[in-house]
Amino acid sequence: MRPNRPIYLDNHATTPVDPRVLAAMRPWWEENFANPHSVEHAMGREAEAAVETARGHVAELIGASASEIILTSGATEANNIAIKGAARFLGAGERRRVITLATEHKCVLESVRDLAAEGFEPVVLPVRPDGLLDLEVLRQALATPTLLVSVMAVNNEIGVVQDLAGIGALVKAAGALFHTDAAQGCGRVPLDVEELRVDLLSISGHKIYGPKGIGALYVRRRPRVRLQPLFSGGGQERGLRSGTLATPLIVGFGEAARIAAIEGMLDAGRIAGQREVFLTRLRAEVPGIRVNASQEHRVAGNTNLTFPGGVDAQALMAAAPEVCVSTGSACSSAAVEPSYVLAAIGLPEAEARSTLRVGIGRFTSPAEAEQGAALLAAAWRGLVEQD
Amino acid sequence: MSTPLYLDANATEPLRPAARAAVLAAMELGGNPSSVHAAGRAARRLLEEAREAVAARFGARPQDVVFTGGGTEANALALRGLAAGRRVLVGATEHPAVLAAAPDAAVLPVLADGTLDLDALEAALAEGGPALVALMAANNETGVLHPLAAAAELCRRHGALLHVDAVQAAGRVAVPAVWDSLALSGHKLGGPPGAGALLLRAGVEVAPLIAGGGQERGRRGGTEPLPAIAGMAAALAEATPEAASRLAALRHAIEAGAAGAVVAGAAAARLPNTTCLVLPGVAAETQVIALDIAGFRVSAGAACSSGKVARSPVLQAMGFGEDAGCGIRVSLPWNAPADAAERFLAAWAAMRDRLSRRAA
Repeated sequence: MRPNRPIYLDNHATTPVDPRVLAAMRPWWEENFANPHSVEHAMGREAEAAVETARGHVAELIGASASEIILTSGATEANNIAIKGAARFLGAGERRRVITLATEHKCVLESVRDLAAEGFEPVVLPVRPDGLLDLEVLRQALATPTLLVSVMAVNNEIGVVQDLAGIGALVKAAGALFHTDAAQGCGRVPLDVEELRVDLLSISGHKIYGPKGIGALYVRRRPRVRLQPLFSGGGQERGLRSGTLATPLIVGFGEAARIAAIEGMLDAGRIAGQREVFLTRLRAEVPGIRVNASQEHRVAGNTNLTFPGGVDAQALMAAAPEVCVSTGSACSSAAVEPSYVLAAIGLPEAEARSTLRVGIGRFTSPAEAEQGAALLAAAWRGLVEQD
Repeated sequence: MSTPLYLDANATEPLRPAARAAVLAAMELGGNPSSVHAAGRAARRLLEEAREAVAARFGARPQDVVFTGGGTEANALALRGLAAGRRVLVGATEHPAVLAAAPDAAVLPVLADGTLDLDALEAALAEGGPALVALMAANNETGVLHPLAAAAELCRRHGALLHVDAVQAAGRVAVPAVWDSLALSGHKLGGPPGAGALLLRAGVEVAPLIAGGGQERGRRGGTEPLPAIAGMAAALAEATPEAASRLAALRHAIEAGAAGAVVAGAAAARLPNTTCLVLPGVAAETQVIALDIAGFRVSAGAACSSGKVARSPVLQAMGFGEDAGCGIRVSLPWNAPADAAERFLAAWAAMRDRLSRRAA
């Protein structure tokens, strides 16, 4: 049976907007459109109050206070501000080393590598075959005085959950700043800035069932973390991110964070169940299919699958057009070269070319999980029989 | 008190119904425009349609449109991304965001009517060395239009790049296609906040501010804010200079009726919707508060710096001296009612009589 609408199993790339989020946003498109910086008049002050309420919800999701939340256009901008901003504020002094992982999102890797031209020393650490950072490797890297360590909470391709608390302890003992890109982790795994001892944490709105075009950077106040902005302007967001705040997007982001704080862990249990449904069906129909990276330290919705028989993942997607999955990060999904994340966990290129990323989310039904698996299995059979 | 009257369009335009419909439709669509599956392709189609619409309107090629998070970022991208090896020259009345993004820039004076001093521009360009000149098409406080064509000609002769901040002008007056880069803001067109664009002349390349992901041809990383972009494109279709010219009559009526006020930049070509009324001796903030209580939403200076209003740098640059702190900006939105001038004037005159007496 063919589904009458696409089965969306790509919740790492973006998540559908929760209807409650959309409902919260609508008044800010339909009733009050004011600029929240126009505090001279009543409409502007109302918008400002809504922005501040939303900021509070985002803060609560990660155990921060509202004054530590800088609103940005998304996690990519937040990551850029965190990494370049921290390095540029401190300047290339004694601490020049900036450490990150080979499996980080492109925007983190590029931000870290860009700093080389400014006199900093980028260090990109390998990960183990299960995708996790070996803390001993980090300990050795930290033997050289280090300015900043950036480690993602949850990987966007293989779903691996890093041991942030363990990493944070090492980073703080070494006197470095600790940043985490939590775009994929926020709302999906518990994250508390105090427990993890992070100084900087990036969040994305559209990965937590909120709107696109909004995100946040948590910036620790005690002890205060100082940053240089990427660009200056009207001086909004304590001078760290200039530009008119987008009230509807912020209200939506706040509502998404509020819901995530209440329901995120409930979602995780249900999503894990859906993933089991999906995997059980797929394993039954595709003997020899393999799930990559750590099974234990993995976010509930993620499955990174290598198909047997040397099938091409792109061809597999083309043969199952009703199923929305991906071969890797969306940003580079049009690219032909295989994922650098899979290379970093030691997958040979041929296997990486047979690998799909599946992301189950809040709105994936058991029927969709089952049907998605069946359609992918049928597509796989078709390709294998062709050969 | 009657229904409040919103006269602060230069802070943000009310969302146009067509833009609202486009936003909601894009919200329905979901999908990441960078994904290759069906949901991603649908999002990509919408994104590229918006890109084509924006490009066509301003005479750019679609591939030269870089979507950003807003006008401030678009301006900063140009000022930072085009400045390599160039001196930066900015007009004295530029938006605070532009001045802040180019703190080391040389500042070009304006004439008493608020327009750029072209002789000063020529002299600065002649000082030698390649330059990047940043000028606003229209001023946010006074609505004064800079002589862009003449400035562009000077820039061309001296091999300088011209960046135009069209955040206030776009959709309200025709913007001559004489720029090397052009900054736009969605919410100042009647679109939603959260999107803007930097348009580049063919062949002009810009270094990114936000790295990573490869979106926008490597010039701006991050998943594009599709609903805000779709809303911007839809708003642009309706925001035409022809439609905005309706507001000129209302603006004229306000200026004709505001006895005792000095209109900043009255002698210059201006946006049809904007007037800056200077009431000598009465602090702008006091005027704005009085009008707000009466239900009229106006502003003193740029919204971003609200709360820290003292003297307007724009009025100061125009030579208002002490009275640079006494100007309020009345900016008519696209949907201003026909009786907007009449209603505003009644409240304004009452405010003038009360506050001028006190000031005297």
